[in-house]
Formats: sequence, structure tokens, C-alpha cells
Amino acid sequence: MSEEREPPPLPGAAQTVFPEPQDAEDLFVSAASAMESPEAACLSAEDISPSSNGPRDDDPDDLFAEATEEVSLDSPERQPILSDGPSPAITPVTPVMISPRVDVFDRSPDQDEDEEENRDTFDIQISVSDPEKVGDGMNAYMVYKVTTKTSLSIFSRDEVCVKRRFSDFLGLYSKLASKYMHMGYIVPPAPEKSIVGMTKVKVGKEDLSSVEFVEKRRSALERYLLRTVKHPALLKDPDVLQFLESSELPRAVSTQALSGAGILRMVNKAADAVNKMTIKMNESDAWFEEKQQQFENLDVQLRKLHASVESLVCHRKELSVNTASFAKSAAMLGNSEDHTALSRALSQLAEVEEKIDQLHQDQSYADFYLISELLGDYVRLITAVKGVFDQRMKAWAKWQDAQVMLQRKREAEAKLQYANKPDKLQQATDEIREWEGKVQQGERDFEQISKNIRREVGRFEKDRVKDFRVVIIKYLESLVHTQQQLIKYWEAFLPEAKAIA
Amino acid sequence: MTSISEDSDKEKVRSVSVDLNNDASLVIDIPDALCERDKVKFTIHIKTTLSSFQKSEFSVPRQHEDFIWLHDTIVETEEYAGLIIPPAPPKPDFEGPREKMHKLGEGESSMTKEEYAKMKQELEAEYLAVFKKTVQVHEVFLQRLSSHPMFRKDRNFQIFLEYDQDLTVRRKNAKEMFGGFFKNMVKSADEVLISGVKEVDEFFEQEKIFLLDYSSKIKDATAKAEKMTRSHKNVADDYNHISGAMNSIAADNNTAFKKHLEKCAEVFEKLRKLEDRVASDQELKLTELLRYYTRDIQAAKDLLYRRARALADYENSNKTLDKARLKGKDIAQAEENQKQCLRKFDKLSESGKKELTSFKARRVVAFRKNLIEMTELEIKHAKNSMSLLQGSIEILNSN
Repeated sequence: MSEEREPPPLPGAAQTVFPEPQDAEDLFVSAASAMESPEAACLSAEDISPSSNGPRDDDPDDLFAEATEEVSLDSPERQPILSDGPSPAITPVTPVMISPRVDVFDRSPDQDEDEEENRDTFDIQISVSDPEKVGDGMNAYMVYKVTTKTSLSIFSRDEVCVKRRFSDFLGLYSKLASKYMHMGYIVPPAPEKSIVGMTKVKVGKEDLSSVEFVEKRRSALERYLLRTVKHPALLKDPDVLQFLESSELPRAVSTQALSGAGILRMVNKAADAVNKMTIKMNESDAWFEEKQQQFENLDVQLRKLHASVESLVCHRKELSVNTASFAKSAAMLGNSEDHTALSRALSQLAEVEEKIDQLHQDQSYADFYLISELLGDYVRLITAVKGVFDQRMKAWAKWQDAQVMLQRKREAEAKLQYANKPDKLQQATDEIREWEGKVQQGERDFEQISKNIRREVGRFEKDRVKDFRVVIIKYLESLVHTQQQLIKYWEAFLPEAKAIA
Repeated sequence: MTSISEDSDKEKVRSVSVDLNNDASLVIDIPDALCERDKVKFTIHIKTTLSSFQKSEFSVPRQHEDFIWLHDTIVETEEYAGLIIPPAPPKPDFEGPREKMHKLGEGESSMTKEEYAKMKQELEAEYLAVFKKTVQVHEVFLQRLSSHPMFRKDRNFQIFLEYDQDLTVRRKNAKEMFGGFFKNMVKSADEVLISGVKEVDEFFEQEKIFLLDYSSKIKDATAKAEKMTRSHKNVADDYNHISGAMNSIAADNNTAFKKHLEKCAEVFEKLRKLEDRVASDQELKLTELLRYYTRDIQAAKDLLYRRARALADYENSNKTLDKARLKGKDIAQAEENQKQCLRKFDKLSESGKKELTSFKARRVVAFRKNLIEMTELEIKHAKNSMSLLQGSIEILNSN
């Protein structure tokens, strides 16, 4: 399958990276049948680029690798950066162990009651772990261990461990987007770059905020992979397989914003934006109109909800800090108090408040990882969904343009017939046939993408509802746990307060 | 603008200080208060069996400024120099609710009807909370006076309670009378003077060390408690917004999921109410307690200061007497002065000791009471939260 993969476009290349529609369909068709030699794919990947040695640490381009944010001319896929510029209330306390990884995705197969093709055998677990810093200074980067455990046959082994860096993930997304988005598939977006966050890590700040940043990113990468493999087509994609299995991956240089590919991407995005404004599609299908409107609304509402939850996370962290500070103050007051029993009670109060501040901190992690990050993911997913609708518009436009062209060719032929130029006439007839083909293809493509989108949107909505239900329960359970602990602590303190005599 | 009548759980709301209405011969409470623009009018209700009063049960309206006048006259009365003067109640502060009301007015056009109604509800709750606090603190002030054997007999206190007309005129006259004397006595405890004076009495030495240290610690604790309470309120606010956002998403969905979302929004709304209660109970029991005793500690320090001044005066009178003896002039006068200073100092020491001892007892009892109440409320709210959450989880799971 590797031969179908196109090499990253060279600087100055003016064509799009999209393979022709036929190839893409073939990709899909052959993927549905038994996958031939995934090992071959992996092996050839290792052969391919002699210059790739997995993560490199002396590439001068690395300076910009994670540093710059792509200029987005479309609806911004921005995820508001959470407390990387720390709110003043957060003082680095003794570096706390980041909360145990919060499992957003329920991976047990019995939970899936869907009836899509491979869903009953959806048995794959992916974890992203053990972030390691490689290199020093501005050329440093983080490497993550990606572990895949599965019984699916398309994988060569039950369990694979590989090391990947952030730009590898971006590269994967880039490839998948270029292959599938124009067919109407909703390709899950990769996590966002962050200048501030990465700079801190590079510079070697070992403080709480950079530890939190790495954990946040690790979790986001894990969710990204899980979402990607949940998509039945993407799961079988050779790039995905290679990413998960191959021990060495060609360096994804095209993810850098200032590379040739990056510039090309920006140009394409600009072109898309212009197109979006100029294409006026005659929507014959009410379903699409309705859905588009729905997603527009959902976009706005989710962003609002996300903002509220981010505010909650922030305030809960503040509460934790303020409670800790009160605890210290109460302890000092207890020390100063000369009535023995009251002094002891005040010290106990200080201890209780200290435990409670830890409780608040843990709860804020739950607020963040369970809800806030999920909402952020969905905000970006919705942007991907809207992008897919735009692709349909493009397909429609292409079809229409082909029809216009065909008409022109027909008119030209008619003129030539009149003028009686036999050789040119032949050419004109050929051209007509060519464009008739293109019109047919355009129509087929348009119908195909419409069909795909319907299916994708259906799947998306089902997933969304399921995700939300699961997460909300988990979150409420975390709140229950906090309240249980509160009861425990206060009930322990009550006799102390009563003992004041 | 708003009139608040105390309801039946006023016992719970009351007194960061101990229950001071033990003595039935003079019972004072504030059942009602009216707020118009900047002024708060308290209705003082008095029940008494003392013959010094004309009636046995009556009510009288008073403003905050009247309380301050009463406090100041008591401070300036030299007779009470050896007593801890109950701290004056702080001015009613409606800045918070007023700001919110302003915001509400401005943002009315940009909010949905539900959001507006919710904000209005919040505003009213906040207003009520401020009200309760200020009534409580004014009431405690009067009750401290009425339960103290010396203060309750004070003439100005009686005037405050009985005078059936506006006190403003009387207040102005009184101020002119006291003039310069005012400044000396009202001046806040001069810590330098207190700590500088050589102390012979072990009891007062200990008290001095204790009070100086304790006052800074309790001030700090008050500030930290305030921040903590504010954070709780912010969290409650966020729950409110989350609930609103969920409701608007639910409005767009027309499937079973819609019910699910609406239920979630409801949970967050209830969580918000609970979190708000936690915050305001914590404030009432903990923060207000600390605030009050910060002021009371200050009053105790003021007593120490007055005693220290008396000691300084006594030492000065000794020096003057020695000088007079040397010169052979005005000896009798100097002797008399010295005797008076000594008498004053002894009186202050004696009553001061009593006052400081009972102060400690009072403080310990008040802390105990409020810490117990706060803990019980925390447990209650946590249990309520838990049953709310568990119930909701069940409903959502069965959906």
C-alpha cells in the first residue's frame, strides 16, 4: 500500500496533494477486503527514507517544529490555552503527582451496542505514556511511548510499543486529512501546537505548570489516537497502522508551519476560504441544510459551555490554593492561642482544611480531564464536521464546473461542424467525451460524498451522545467521591470541636 | 427599598458571640430592618423589667450612625477605661449587591429571560446575606452592652434605647462636649507604648504578649477565610453558567438526549444552590467569627493601652513628686496627683484582669459554638450533595 502514499510535496509544488478520487475509492474498497501483508507495508516504510531515524535531535528545523501556530483562515480551530500563562492564583506548590490518568474512553467491547461492520470486534487498546525529554535547549522535544494492544488481525502483533514525538502525530493527521476529508470522512483533528507550553518544557523548567502541560498533551494525544482508530476506515488505513506499529517513522517535516508544505497548506486554506464565499450551492437536500445549521448552533453552544467549564477549573484551583493558605493561617492562629483545648482544635481545623485543599485540587483535575478537555475536543471535531460539509460543496462546484465545461465543448463542436474542419472536429469530439466522463464522475463523487457524510454524521452523533453520557456519569461520580471525603473529614473533626472546654 | 423580617431560624443566624440574652431583666433584639438608598434603619425591640425604663416593652428605630455615637460616648467615658468596650459594628456594606444590580441592569438586553431571572434570584440571595450579617453584628453590640453589669446602667445607653425621637440632634451636642478628650481615649492601641512599658504584673505581661501576637494572626486568618469563601462563591457561579449552557444545548436537541441534557442542567443548578449555601454558612460561622474577634481583640488591646498609659502617668507623677520634694515646692499637690494616678492604675488593673479573663472564656465558648455549627452544616450540605448526585446518577443511568 505504500506505493499509494505520495511523498511530501516539494516546495514550490503547486498541485494539491489529494490523490484522484478513483484511487481513494480503491483504497477504501481494498481495505474492506482482507488486508494484504500489513507487514509488507511496515517493512517498506522502514526501507523508504534512509534519513529517518525516528526522532532526531539535531534537526535545525526543529526550532520551528512545535513553535509556530498555523495561520488559520477558516473558522478558527483554536482551543483556548488553559493556564499555561498561569493565573496569578496558582502558586507552584510542592510538585504534586499529576492525578491518575482519567479514562475517558470506555474500551470494554460489551459497551458498544453499535451494529456497524466491525464494531462487534472492536478490540483495540491504545495508551500514550512515559513522556521523555530528548535533547536540550531549544532543540529539545518530548517523546511518548505509544502502546497498542489488540486482537485484530490487521495488526501484525498483539502488542506493539513505539516511540513517537508530537510532530509524528501531526503528520499522521495531515496524511489522513488529505486522504479522506475530501471524501466526506470526519477525520479527528490532532491536538494543537502550543508555543508557550513547549518552550517551557524545552527550557527545562521543572515546575508544576510544565509538568501539567506534558500531562495535558499526553492525554490529548491518547484521546486523538483512540478517536482515530474508532473510525472503521481510518483503523485500516496503512498510515495509521504504520504509525502504531512501525518502530521508525519518516520525519514529518511537512507539519512545520514554515516549511514548503506548511506554506502550501496556508495557501490552500486561503483558497478554500475564498471558495466558500463564492460558491453558492443550490441545496436540493433539506437534510444537509438542516444539519449544517444544527452544527453551526452546536458550535456556538459548545464553545460557551467549554468556556464555563474552563472557568470552573480555574476557580476550583483557586479554591484549593485559598483553602491551603487558610489552613496555614489557622495553624498559626492555633499556635498563638493560649487556651489549650481551643489551640488544639484550631490545629485540627488547619489539618482538615489542608486535606480539603488537596480534595479540591483533585476535583479540579477531574473537572479538567473529564469535561473540559472533552469539550475542547468536540469543539475541534465540530470544526472538522463543518469542513466536511465544505468539501461536499467543493465537490458540487467541481461537478457544476465540469457541466459548464461540457456545454462549452459541445458548443465549440457545433461551431466546428459548421465551419467544416475535420481534424479539429475529431479533437472536439474527443474532448466532449472526456468532459462527459468528468461530468459523470463529478456527479458520482458528489453523491458518494453526500452518502458518506450522512453516514459519518450519523456515527458522529451517536458517538457524541455516548461520550457525553459516559463522561457526565463519571464526572458526577467524581463529585460524589469528593463529597464522601468531605463528610469523612468533617465528621472526624466534629468531636474535636466539641472537645473544646 | 427592602424590608427584611427575621424568620424562625434566627437563633441559628445569631451571635458570633455567646448567647447574651440570658438575663431576662433586659432583653434586646433587632427583629426588623429597612434599607432605603444609603441608610439602614434598624428596629430595636426591648423587653425589660428594670424600673429605670419607663415602659416594659417597646421598639425604637435607629440608624447605624446612632450605634457609632453610642460606642464613641462609651469609649470616651473615663469610668469605663478599665473595661473592654464592645467593638462598634461595621458600616453596612451593600457594595456587592449594588454592583451586581448595576450589572444586571446593563446586561439585561443581552441575556435570555431565564438567565435574567436567575441572576435576579442570585442578587436577592446576596442582598439577604449582607442583611443578615449586618443585623447580627448590630444586635450583638447591643446585647454585649445589655448583659454587662456596668454598661447596662450607662445613661447614654438608656437614651439610645428609650429616646423616642431622632437621635441626630443629641448626637451633635454630645460630640461638641467631648471634643479633645475624644482624641486621647479613642486613639487605637499604641503597640509601641504597650510593648515598651515595663510590666511588673505577670498576668498582664502574658496577656500583652498573647494579644499582640494573636491579633496579627487572627487578622490574617480573617483575610484568608474571606478569600476562601469568595472562591466557593465563584465555583457556585460557574455551576450556574454551566447549567445555563447545557439548557441551551438541550433546547436544540429533540431526542431522548434532550431530556438527558435537561436533567444534567438541573443537577448543576441544584449543585449551585448547595455550593452557595456552603459558602454563605462558612462565611457566617467562620469568617464572621474571625472578623468579630479581630475587632474584639483590638478592643482588648485598647484596654491594655489605657492601662499602660495610666502606668506611664503614674510613673510620671512619681518623678514629679520627687522633683517637688527636691525643690520643696507643691509637694502636697504632687502627692495628691501621685495618689490619684496610683488609684486609677490599680482600678484599671483590677477591672482589666477581670475583663480579660472573662474575655478569654467568652472567646473560647464562641469559637466552640461556631466551629461545631459550621462543621455540622458542612456535613449536612455534603450529605445533601451526595444524595442529590447519587440520585441523579441513577436517573441518568436508567435513561
